[in-house]
This record gives sequence, C-alpha cells and structure tokens, in this order.
Amino acid sequence: MAYSSKVIDHYENPRNVGSLPKDDPNVGTGLVGAPECGDVMKLQVRVNPATGVIDEAKFKTFGCGSAIASSSLATEWLKGRTVEEALAIKNLDIVNELSLPPVKIHCSVLAEDAIRAAIADYRKKRSAV
Amino acid sequence: MPIKLPIYMDYHATTPVDPRVVEAMVPYFTEHFGNAASRNHPFGWEAEEAVDTARKQVADLIGASAKEIVFTSGATESDNLAIKGVADMYREKGNHIITCVTEHKAVIDTCKRLEKDGYRVTYLPVQKDGRITLDELEAAITDQTILITIMAANNEIGVIQPLAEIGTIAKERGVLFHTDAVQIVGKVPFHVNDLKVDIASLSAHKMYGPKGVGALYVRRRNPRVLLSPIIHGGGHERGMRSGTLNVPGIVGFGKAAELCRREMATESERLRGLRDYLNDELHKSLDEIFVNGSIEHRLPHNLNISFAYVEGESLLMGINDVAVSSGSACTSASLEPSYVLKALGAGDDLAHSSIRFGLGRWTTKEEVDYVVDKLTSVVGRLRDMSPLYELAKEGVDLSTMQWQTD
Repeated sequence: MAYSSKVIDHYENPRNVGSLPKDDPNVGTGLVGAPECGDVMKLQVRVNPATGVIDEAKFKTFGCGSAIASSSLATEWLKGRTVEEALAIKNLDIVNELSLPPVKIHCSVLAEDAIRAAIADYRKKRSAV
Repeated sequence: MPIKLPIYMDYHATTPVDPRVVEAMVPYFTEHFGNAASRNHPFGWEAEEAVDTARKQVADLIGASAKEIVFTSGATESDNLAIKGVADMYREKGNHIITCVTEHKAVIDTCKRLEKDGYRVTYLPVQKDGRITLDELEAAITDQTILITIMAANNEIGVIQPLAEIGTIAKERGVLFHTDAVQIVGKVPFHVNDLKVDIASLSAHKMYGPKGVGALYVRRRNPRVLLSPIIHGGGHERGMRSGTLNVPGIVGFGKAAELCRREMATESERLRGLRDYLNDELHKSLDEIFVNGSIEHRLPHNLNISFAYVEGESLLMGINDVAVSSGSACTSASLEPSYVLKALGAGDDLAHSSIRFGLGRWTTKEEVDYVVDKLTSVVGRLRDMSPLYELAKEGVDLSTMQWQTD
C-alpha cells in the first residue's frame, strides 16, 4: 500500500493519542467499529461548557495506517472548534487532506462516525445534568 | 555480520533463485537453446537430455520415477490439471471430490468451477490446529468419490496434514489422492510411496528455482493414474500437457531439487532452530501473542502469530524494512481477512492481527534478532494507542461487547 506522506507522518507521529476521563460530564466518548472488521476507533472530546468549544481531543485506534491517520487528523481538527463546527467535519475532508486511496475511504467514514458519536455522548451527558 | 535491509522473511511467497541454479540454467538460454521436441538434430537432443536429467532430479526428491513427472508452468496449473484432469477422466466412475477449507485458491476455485459443471464437492473443516480429522474424511467418502485433494502443508500457517493416514484411507476406499505439495517439497522429506500419494503439485520458485515452472507427479503403478489434459496441442509430456518445454526453467527446477535433496536435512534443522528462537524470543518480550495452527505438525521454517489488539497492516507499516505477510483484510486484495485463519475458529480479530514469517536459506540469527526487537517496540507502541488493549487491561471482555457496526 503506497500511502501519502501525510498518512505516514500521522502513523509515525500520531497526535493526541490517549484517553480522557470518560465519566467527566464535559467529556464525550465515541467508540466505533468492531474488532472483527479490523478497525475500532475511540475518540474523546472535552468541551468547555461555558463556550461550547472543544479544548481537548484524544484518540486510540486499532486499525490500519489510514485508520490511525484519520483519527489522529480528526483530533487535530477538533481542538478549538465548537461542537457545531465539529459536526461539520465530513469524511471527504479527511480523504482529501490525507489523499486516501479509494479502498481506504471507509477509514475516513469511521473517523466521522467517531466524531459524531463523541459529540452525541457529550450532549447526552449535558442534557442529563 | 552486518544486516542488509530490507530483510526478506516471506519465503512462502517466493524464494530467490539459488546462484548455483542460475549457473546451471544460463547455457540453456544461449548455447543449448534447442527445442526438446526436436528429435532429428543435436540441438533438440541436448535439450531433451537436459530435461531428462531434470526430470530425474525432481523425481528423486519425492521418491518417484522420472516418467511420473509432468512439467507445467507452475503449481496453479498443476492443481488445475490434477483436479480437472481426474474429474474428466473418471466422470463415469463418479462425480464427488473431497477437499478442505484451508486449501490454496488454486484448488478451491478449481473445485468451485467443477461444481458449476455438476460435480459435488465436500469442503472438510479443520480443527483449531489447522488439520482435518480422519473421521470426517472417512465419513465424507461415498461410492461417487473419485478424488481427495488435501494440501501437504498450508501456505499461511505451515500446518502439515496427516498425509500418510489420508493416503491409506484413499487407497482402502479406491479413491485417488492428490496433494498440493508446493510448500513442503524440498523443505522436509516427502516421499510419494511412503505417503501413498497418487498425484502431487510442485513449484520451482518455492524451492530456490525459477518462477514459471512447476510439475505434477502422476503415479504410473498401483494405480496407474490417467488424466485428461487441460491444454491441448503437440502431445508433449505424454499427452498430459502440450506446449514447448521451458528448458532453462526445467533445468533450474532440476538443479534446485538436487540442492534441496542434498541440503534438506541440515537446512531444515537450522531453520527449525531459528524459527523456534524467533517464537521463543517474541513470547519472552510480548504478552498475548498466539501461534496460529499446530506447532507440532508444522513446516520448520514457518511461524504465524497473532499479536492481539494490534491490526496487521499497521504492524507491517511499523516494520517496513522487514518483508512478511499479514492475514489482515487491509493487506489482501479481497479486503477480507485470511480465510485460512478464520477457518481455525480463532475469531476474525485475531486474523486481522496476524503476521506470517517464512524463513529460508539466507535467513540469519542476526536478522531474527532485528525482527524481534523491531516487532517488540512496534507492538508496544501500537498497543499504547489501541482502544482494545486499553479495554482488555480494564478487564472488559471484548468478545461479549456490543460493537457498533454498519
């Protein structure tokens, strides 16, 4: 698989690897994919409740190089955005930025799913408060 | 000795041609370029003599007689000729073929093609160790069964099937036994009479010979096996495989067979030592790694390991100066994880996490040490970013989790 230099860079130097406390009311967690499909992404955001801005994003990914790169890139893009702005990130933006080959488009779809799942989790927590 | 990068550890895919083999081949491109079928001049006689020598060398390696060797373009053709050739020739006797789910695609897809033509095929399952059971084989045989085709050693997991037992059952029940012997021949002893094999597929490029040459062993006595040809023409190879013989390739195949026969005993022990060392060192430095398939019934130069919680393609990216293969979907053209590993019943997640190591004639201990060090650090790094590893360490049972899938 001939990957773009951006994918290789994210694979070799992934941004924002790690975990946030998932019980924190300001943290939203998305866990998407399945081990038997070969990719699982966990993406977390911490939102400043006063401003609605994501001040921290972390990921952990089980998957191929482009799955790791897609989630790493997603965390970079999430930081500093409002929740609404985060939801505007589309998988094709990731495909274009990383020059993903057609067979790897599902990795970008999974990253978009992970963003949506994390924000949905955050919103669910906030509405319960 | 300094290590030369990249390291080749994918000897099941192909092998380099041994320089001694190249040396033997070269004159047959230029000086002795004759057509082995030219019966009326010395150019043809030289070529024919060289082919006869090679035929004997290949036959000697598997305990056959020279007349039982049919040269082909490779093992895919050999598998096709064996299965389609028997199916057509013995159609009057029956229409049932028995094979196994972990066979090479050259066997499985040929059997599937025959199913379209009205043949019935039984695909035997394998146990967790990768071997079929003899009870299931016996139970599958009917009065319509004409062929059992079970590979000698698997190309992914190196697991060796109970060949002599299969051969005995086939003989008792009057069914022909074909085996795809590509991975085993030249590596460990394989004798067609000891194993009661009737037909066997061989490939030169898996045993330090050139690509584009293979052979089919076809038994001539007890029983005399007849095959319908799949390639028609000038009646070469006793009518079983027409086409001008690839003389330089066949000479190389013969030389490669001779070298394997002479060096097999020491070489297989050396490789077994290195393979066991690789396995032991990996187990010392990493937890939760699993060998796929039987260790006992296995080619000495094969190791197939799943590194739990790490995906195979990302692992290969991290060891990109080491040439190995993975059963991960992301590394296959079909985007499906390895059907061989799935058949072991270990779960798709372990198939995605697998690496196949194939050691060979030029593998050194220094290379194995390099691979162990590199893998240990890459697996550690990838596990640190694996949500599955994190969940497992928290005590979550991944097999009972509900995953969000489309």
